[in-house]
Amino acid sequence: MIKYSKTHEYVKVEGEYGYIGVSDYAQKELGNVVYVDMPEVGDELEAGEDFGAIESVKAASDLIAPVSGEVVEINEALEENPRLVNADAMANWIVKVKIADPAELDSLMDEAQYAEYIRK
Amino acid sequence: MNKKLYDKLIFELSHPGRKGYSLPDNGLGDTAHGTDKAAALGASLLRSEKPDLPEADELTVVRHYNNMSTNNFGVDTGFYPLGSCTMKYNPKINEEMASHPGFASMHPAVGQAAQGNLEMYWNLQNALSEIGGMSEFTLNPFAGAHGELTGLMTIRAYHESRGDTKRCKVIVPDSAHGTNPASAAVAGLEVVEVKSRPDGTVDVDDLRPLLDDTVAAMMMTNPNTLGLFEKNIPEIARLVHQAGALMYYDGANLNPMLGVARPGDMGFDVMHINLHKTFSTPHGGGGPGSGPVGVRKGLEQFLPNPRVIRHTAADGKVTFRLTGDGKALGQVSAWLGNFAVQARALAYILSLGSEGLMEAGPLATLNANYIKEQLKDDYLLPIETVCKHEFVFDGLKDKSTGVTTLNVAKRLLDYGFHAPTIYFPLLFHESLMIEPTETESPETLDRFIEVMHAIAREARENPEAVISAPHETPISHPDDTEAALNPKTTYIKD
Amino acid sequence: MHKYFPHTAQDIRRMLATCGVESLADLYADVPEELRMKAPYALGKGKSETEIRRYFNALASKNAPVEACFAGAGVYDHAVPATVSSLAGRSEFLTAYTPYQPEISQGTLQYIFEYQTIMSRLTGLDVSNASMYDGTTATAEAMLMAIAAGKKRRRILVSATLNPRVRAVVDTYAHYHGVPLETIPQKDGVTDLSALEQMLQAHADVAGVILAEPNYYGIVEDFSGVADMVHARKALLILNCVAADLATLRTPGEWGADIACGDAQSLGLPMSYGGPYLGYLCATKALMRKMPGRIVGQTTDAEGRRCFVLTLQAREQHIRREKATSNICSNQGLMTLCVAAYVALHGANGLREIAYRGHQMALYLLDRMTAEGGCCLKYAGKPFLNEFLLKLDVDAQEFIDYALREEKILAGVAVDGDCLLMAATEMQTKDDADRLAKAYGRYLNIAKEHKAARQ
Repeated sequence: MIKYSKTHEYVKVEGEYGYIGVSDYAQKELGNVVYVDMPEVGDELEAGEDFGAIESVKAASDLIAPVSGEVVEINEALEENPRLVNADAMANWIVKVKIADPAELDSLMDEAQYAEYIRK
Repeated sequence: MNKKLYDKLIFELSHPGRKGYSLPDNGLGDTAHGTDKAAALGASLLRSEKPDLPEADELTVVRHYNNMSTNNFGVDTGFYPLGSCTMKYNPKINEEMASHPGFASMHPAVGQAAQGNLEMYWNLQNALSEIGGMSEFTLNPFAGAHGELTGLMTIRAYHESRGDTKRCKVIVPDSAHGTNPASAAVAGLEVVEVKSRPDGTVDVDDLRPLLDDTVAAMMMTNPNTLGLFEKNIPEIARLVHQAGALMYYDGANLNPMLGVARPGDMGFDVMHINLHKTFSTPHGGGGPGSGPVGVRKGLEQFLPNPRVIRHTAADGKVTFRLTGDGKALGQVSAWLGNFAVQARALAYILSLGSEGLMEAGPLATLNANYIKEQLKDDYLLPIETVCKHEFVFDGLKDKSTGVTTLNVAKRLLDYGFHAPTIYFPLLFHESLMIEPTETESPETLDRFIEVMHAIAREARENPEAVISAPHETPISHPDDTEAALNPKTTYIKD
Repeated sequence: MHKYFPHTAQDIRRMLATCGVESLADLYADVPEELRMKAPYALGKGKSETEIRRYFNALASKNAPVEACFAGAGVYDHAVPATVSSLAGRSEFLTAYTPYQPEISQGTLQYIFEYQTIMSRLTGLDVSNASMYDGTTATAEAMLMAIAAGKKRRRILVSATLNPRVRAVVDTYAHYHGVPLETIPQKDGVTDLSALEQMLQAHADVAGVILAEPNYYGIVEDFSGVADMVHARKALLILNCVAADLATLRTPGEWGADIACGDAQSLGLPMSYGGPYLGYLCATKALMRKMPGRIVGQTTDAEGRRCFVLTLQAREQHIRREKATSNICSNQGLMTLCVAAYVALHGANGLREIAYRGHQMALYLLDRMTAEGGCCLKYAGKPFLNEFLLKLDVDAQEFIDYALREEKILAGVAVDGDCLLMAATEMQTKDDADRLAKAYGRYLNIAKEHKAARQ
């Protein structure tokens, strides 16, 4: 299951874990990504709060947590090569969290809703 | 400007054993003076290795930097229509006064014994008060952004002094420069944006519901970022004051108001001025600037310490004093700000006098309108009205060519002009912001207009030539992505 | 028209016609009548260059003349080479804006890159920004940077030995930004490190610790073990250092600092009664993207030529707006050119020779002053480079005023009433030190007589 937020983050749910990244639409809007500011393993994310930032040459955007949860892994490959986000935003998630409250997923958009959201 | 790149770095010219200095004889000879009063500086307190710094003779250094300068474009080189930056002529007499040996060699701790310096400070703040319609200015802030911060802190100090501690918001138009919200955040204030109407002026109906007892101030430029005068300013000031908040004037666009209207008379309580814009001090490739902050009567005691006060004794003798006030917001500088920059601004005001200052604003406005009227056939003018010192095009009128504002800007460089400000304000996608200033001649403006038309023609007939510009600059198309992806911020020998 | 304005009456008529208006006043038809100026500015007639020179000469003549300067306190009297002033006057450098168009700004970008390299090598840290306004604001910005890096940690500990003028500005920023600030006490003129350890233990939310080297009293503090102590609590170590001393003293990098900041006035900038100076800010690579201000980076252009651009701009206020670490949107461009040229002329040897001369003169001055009696080193037995604090038997400011009046020598800066902070550089001579010491001897007698007369 993949869910999206209005600030263009996605969460890919696998069991009790969620992989959070930015949508393909967001990576296109940003252009060449040059840096991803990531939290540390063990940090607690809170839904709606920023947990890092993603920077391109001429823009920067906060990363807003779509769901709450503890960071169990960060995508270290992005430290070496942040442009992986441009290459495939869905495959190159940013953090893996242990979802604290699955009910939070209900307020997010599904793929069809998100497609409609960005079309506007 | 030299179009061939001078590509050396001083580290590559270094030659061990060379030197470019000589020191005076201090009369102590080579003997080391020991003392039993202080401990010797032991090895653990000294750096383990000599730093790797360039070694060069004087002529090598002189040629190096002179050659480097030929790859630079300045106001003295050519027309610099950079919107919102007021790139007017920087008079030479100002430079001479700034390096006057009677001031330049003075340690700031001389303090009140430097009566001439304090008098200069006082005279400049007094002239700025007259021009701004304010009661007193501090000259201590180092730059425009620093002035904004100081001004907002002054406002907070005022509210705090009344025990009014819940005012945590500052209202900023959505067209404002990014520095305004950043300054507010550093000053501990939360930013609330007020919408612009289609003509770029503040939407008073959108403002009304935002005003309550949590608002500390409303921050505005006038004319606004689009170069339009905010006609509703008396109404805005009335509403803001009614809510118990103060009006802050960002002096970034003060130049066209010279000789026309004073921020104090418009209802502003606190303002800053960029001496490096309106008062002709050179930008120096990024600084030093100076951002004096003025306040209306009743707010003087909240200005940062130290303040310079004129004191008249019973016998009529005038002296200038350094004072501090317990109600002041605190200190924003160690001493009295960028003194040598202040000297330049005072020299400029003295040179212009009242009459010259009265002429400056209207001529800046005339120059801007003269360009706008002649280019609006080829460039998209979103708001068809008389502008002030600057105006904004939303790129080329003909959007079918694929030529962007960035392309136009880069092509201008080929023709020997600096580019206008681009992609600001954010109200339009293809913003191209032009500010000619009053010191440019009609012939210069005519040539610029001709070139802008030529570029529009090229965009239609041979768009590739514009898109691939610049062609005649020392470098072209630097790789910004590479610079940000793998930052190299210091020299490392290959 | 004034000589800076090229417009003739005929030009104005022609241009107004192009704009479709009849008078200059018509261009301001949108300014409500009640807001318009009713009378010209009360600022007098414009002056010719000759009159401007006379005006400034008259002001300069009202300043107390200073023939020798033993004042420091963060601002030092070093020689400014003619080469430096001349290069800074090049109008291609002087009259350029911030290098937004790298194609026609390689000159500015190149010297800033040189400056960054020099500061990085002097501080022993990886990265330097393109400079801040001055040492006080650079230190305040270092504090904000530590808070930005510290995520939820916000507390800052500051040594009592930091220059009080720097502290005053840090206090202002902290107050309005809502930063809890605490003072680490001093003991015998140096930071009390055991107190620092206790404070670090007592608070879990310390983002940064600000120390000074040399400190306000001129003492070179020993920070052995401090970085480990600070890092163990996940806080950052910030060192405020005098730039010119960095060629000689143990560097912030060697002490294990994360951030170095301070004033670089001592590297070739005139004292100019307080400004313009230059604040430097350097940090470890890990903190690069938390740095405020401009940063210049190396890259290549379409033809593969090495060139320079403003980089990492996504951190800055024009993109991040209220989320930026800082509101600064400029640097001290021209002053970084002065520093680069000054360091190029002197090299490491020159900077060290100048530091040695200052040390030599400071030791001589200390001996001469104490030989007069009536004063002693406030913190005896501590090492210093070129600045020290004397405890006087008289009021320090009154002696400073006396020495300035009688000998045209600025004796130093008064501290806490009866202490005199004195600094030496390559600029003072043996004769200056002798004259000042003798003046002190005479002043002690005058003060004694005054006291006797009062009793």
